[in-house]
Amino acid sequence: MKSLHRHLLAAVAAASLAACSSVPLDSQAPVESRTGATSTTGAGTGGGASSSQTRVAPVDVTGTSNVNFSNLPRVVYFDFDSYVVKDEYRPVIEVNAKALTTNRKMKMAVEGHTDDRGSSEYNLALGQRRAEAVVKSLTLLGADPTQLEAVSFGKERPAVQGETEEAWAKNRRAELASR
Amino acid sequence: MTRMAFESSSLSQIRFSRRSACGSLLALAAWPAAAQFRVEISGVGATQLPIAIVRFRDEDKTNQSPSAIIRADLERSGAFRIVDTGQASFDEASRPDMAQWRGRTADALVGGSVTRLADGRYDIRFKLWDVVKGSELGGQSNAVETPELRLAAHRIADFIYEKLTGEKGVFSTRIAYVTKSGSRYTLRVADADGENGQVALNSGQPIISPAWSPNGKELAYVSFERQKAVVFVHTVATGERRAIADFRGSNSAPAWAPDGERLAVTLSRDGGSQLFSIGRNGGDPRRLATSPAIDTEAEYSADGRFIYFTSDRGGSPQIYRMAPGGGGAERVTFSGAYNISPTVSPDGRTLAYVTRAGNAFRLVVLDLATPGAQPLPITDTSDDEHPSFAPNGRLLIYATRAGGRSVLMTTTLDGKIKARLPSQTADLREPVWGPYGR
Repeated sequence: MKSLHRHLLAAVAAASLAACSSVPLDSQAPVESRTGATSTTGAGTGGGASSSQTRVAPVDVTGTSNVNFSNLPRVVYFDFDSYVVKDEYRPVIEVNAKALTTNRKMKMAVEGHTDDRGSSEYNLALGQRRAEAVVKSLTLLGADPTQLEAVSFGKERPAVQGETEEAWAKNRRAELASR
Repeated sequence: MTRMAFESSSLSQIRFSRRSACGSLLALAAWPAAAQFRVEISGVGATQLPIAIVRFRDEDKTNQSPSAIIRADLERSGAFRIVDTGQASFDEASRPDMAQWRGRTADALVGGSVTRLADGRYDIRFKLWDVVKGSELGGQSNAVETPELRLAAHRIADFIYEKLTGEKGVFSTRIAYVTKSGSRYTLRVADADGENGQVALNSGQPIISPAWSPNGKELAYVSFERQKAVVFVHTVATGERRAIADFRGSNSAPAWAPDGERLAVTLSRDGGSQLFSIGRNGGDPRRLATSPAIDTEAEYSADGRFIYFTSDRGGSPQIYRMAPGGGGAERVTFSGAYNISPTVSPDGRTLAYVTRAGNAFRLVVLDLATPGAQPLPITDTSDDEHPSFAPNGRLLIYATRAGGRSVLMTTTLDGKIKARLPSQTADLREPVWGPYGR
């Protein structure tokens, strides 16, 4: 029963993910504005050099607030200077792995992030390691490596602003984004 | 220089001199360049040459103040103490009373003029005197367009600096840095004093890790405009740009080899963050090292003998170095559990990097020429980042946090003379000092 429920959940999630990638930007459900996340919710809509990249604009990289994905948890949090995917996030990995194995055409980017202490480049590498740890967890559960790309934004896209342990903990994360 | 008398000023003398100079500068709106500077002097016994630079004749008929620009340059270098000149003003043809300037404790004196030419350009002239000996040390005349007046003043500061210290000045060099304002990121190129900033790239996505090509014509950097880290090379004068590393995963941390033909980059295409060498147009990527750890933040020594880099192969991030072709690495930092962002002085003798102590990330320098030397902290701030040496190795530029914002500072290697570069509202980050020539 539980297994069936999971399969249904995964199928629904997969359908919504697949739909998302073909939905034009302006017909997306409104993205909830989260305090302090202004630098990320503007992603893709900024002018200048990124204006030709509108195909990726529908992705809300802060993740959890997009109603299209309300059934699919998309964020894994990490301890300081750690890239171990903790047991409590195993359900996040499992449901996304199921979505990927159900729909082999689905592609995801796993985006690693860090808190804002230390250098841009070392944090970029830490975020990359987190993203790769999540990709490895997904492939161990059957996702194909070609469906996944591990990338990192380092400390450049904090989920929340602030110089507190609470803020730092929310920024040490990997997010799953459809591509 | 060697024949000129030095004066070892006491702290109180320096403070008094600075305060009185500041007061008069701030009171005069005609000297905007110097008024935006805040030079901090700390520590006792800094050996500085006292120099007086009077207002140039007719400089108030331009939109710049060459004498103020020169004063700020020389003060920021840490090698000079600026003697208050009040309202004094004379030109290069004058015969100033040396006894009077000796009485005002000046060892060197500069006067000059700015004259509008018939073709609209300005003829900027100056003369440098040795007050102690009562002799002339040199002077120049230079005709420039209005937008080049600042540059002409920086070149005069370079002339004075070299004449009196025997080393090349860096005041006419350029810096690059990134500003962040809201969700807008801008790569800027500015004079070494942070003025005259020009936009090289605007983006809605982060830009990090700018690096000047050895000839000062191109900037390599990491842009996230493709929703991931991609390394670009950008010709500053034309805006022409090319992606040189856009492999699967993240591409970052560009560092130019001294010959300008190849760059070291960090790629995750084969898993992990690993060091590669790649051609300046993106061809022929070669892996430099293989480790199960993070290897990143490569930087070549100026002589090309080493690549310094950050690695956590020993369990915590430390600085290592290896031959430019790769292979075995030698650990360089042993003090502290978190050392990142290495940059090596042009003479290869000093390593600057950021160390973590508790929750503080602090800029330190390490004497590489003395075995067993300990790193010396040279700031008292706690969010220092991205140090970069001036091409003469006498100053570092770095980013830090002050007043809730990210700002750029320059500091002497002993940490005693610091200047905060001007900024309005944006966060300033990722500074990098360009080479000689522009």
